[in-house]
Amino acid sequence: MNLTTALVRLLVFPGLLFAVPAAWFILWVERKAVARMQGRVGPPFMQPFFDFIKLLGKQTPTRSGVGGLLMRAWPLVAVSAAAGAVGLLPVLPSSGGFEGDLILLLALMELPSMCIIAAGFSSGSIFGEIGSAREAVLSVSYNIVFLLAILSIAASQHTFSLSALAQLPASPLRLLGVVALLVCLPAKLHLNPFSLPNAEQEIYSGPMTEYAGPELAMWELSHGLEWVAATGLVATLVAPTVTLWWVAALLFVALSFAIVLLLSVVAAATARLQIDTTVRFYWQCTLIFAVLAVASALFMRLRS
Amino acid sequence: MKLWNRLMCYCRRRSPWIFHMNSGSCNGCDIELIASLTPRYDAEQLGVRLEGSPRHADILCITGPVTHNSVQPIKTVYAQVGRPKAVVAIGSCPATTNAFIDSRTVDGPLNRHIPVDVFVPGCPPRPDAIVLGIAKAAEILAARGNSPPSVDAAPVSESREVQP
Repeated sequence: MNLTTALVRLLVFPGLLFAVPAAWFILWVERKAVARMQGRVGPPFMQPFFDFIKLLGKQTPTRSGVGGLLMRAWPLVAVSAAAGAVGLLPVLPSSGGFEGDLILLLALMELPSMCIIAAGFSSGSIFGEIGSAREAVLSVSYNIVFLLAILSIAASQHTFSLSALAQLPASPLRLLGVVALLVCLPAKLHLNPFSLPNAEQEIYSGPMTEYAGPELAMWELSHGLEWVAATGLVATLVAPTVTLWWVAALLFVALSFAIVLLLSVVAAATARLQIDTTVRFYWQCTLIFAVLAVASALFMRLRS
Repeated sequence: MKLWNRLMCYCRRRSPWIFHMNSGSCNGCDIELIASLTPRYDAEQLGVRLEGSPRHADILCITGPVTHNSVQPIKTVYAQVGRPKAVVAIGSCPATTNAFIDSRTVDGPLNRHIPVDVFVPGCPPRPDAIVLGIAKAAEILAARGNSPPSVDAAPVSESREVQP
């Protein structure tokens, strides 16, 4: 992958130019699906776009010192990391990529959550700090399962390259890993059974409490891009290999849409769990599952 | 630049995020405000989102007759809402202090402390009147832009009232 293709992938497709409208679309699907589940009509199609533009035109409180500078920096870091993660996705087959880009993708997908933790603590608000502490606890619990699931998929197919993984035929073991990933996604995206960091009824907006205007718009955008990256990763792993590029792209979009719908429906149908229940859920139930997946992947690899 | 301003104006009208504040209300209007977000009235169709933090909000919805204890919090929260902002006074209490008139614990009506844009009268008002009030406030907000609200526009007689 040379510099030009890297820039095109980061800025045009599947990077910013494609990913930003995709992020707005996913945010709309999420809100609309929840509304339909509750028997409401829901927001209009362009709602996330309206919200974004409106937030760009709002006043931000004056911030001073290093703390203020950091508070301004975190959302930008989060957006860039999420955009980079989207840019790495192999939407089109044979679009390049390099050995080990799966690891880079995981790192970039983790950065926004780190930024949220840092943002909550640097805002100095008690609600932000509680939200950040919750996000940190949540991230420690789901990430082990998330990483083990990815590891089991990569180990069973002998590669850490995303495009190679996308082209290999799906094994039953990979599907096991994908199920483990899907269990982690609500926590990664702060969706309902695990929406602890932004539990509005308890801690207002959590780490985002002190943010306003363009900074908040950046957080919304990074959340949307995280959605695109997470659903795109799962879609990459599930999608069967197709040679026609437009069928592959269409399949990718359809699969992402199905995953968004599934997660939104689960979010609308469940209530928020307590923090200790969530931690117990990830450490006791799913960790066993993930360890089994990794063990069988390694076993298969040794046998072959 | 002009196109951008028109787009911004449109987006402000289509995306009013509200923050709900109780200034000593009996909880009647608060229930009705929540009812306006529930499936029957569904204010989200207008882009309304109930926000947890005043920093995220565009429209401040205040219920209650403004007790002495709540005056300072109201001023603080009003200052925390970023410009452009609008205020909707929900119920008869913030407009006239209603049944609590001449009480020594009440420091109302609301427009003695902060400029109010829309009054939604009623004890409590119906959810559809509240949705209409929020929609009117969104229009005022979009027209106002970044200029600060003029304090002269505050008295009840000059402000726009919403009849259910």
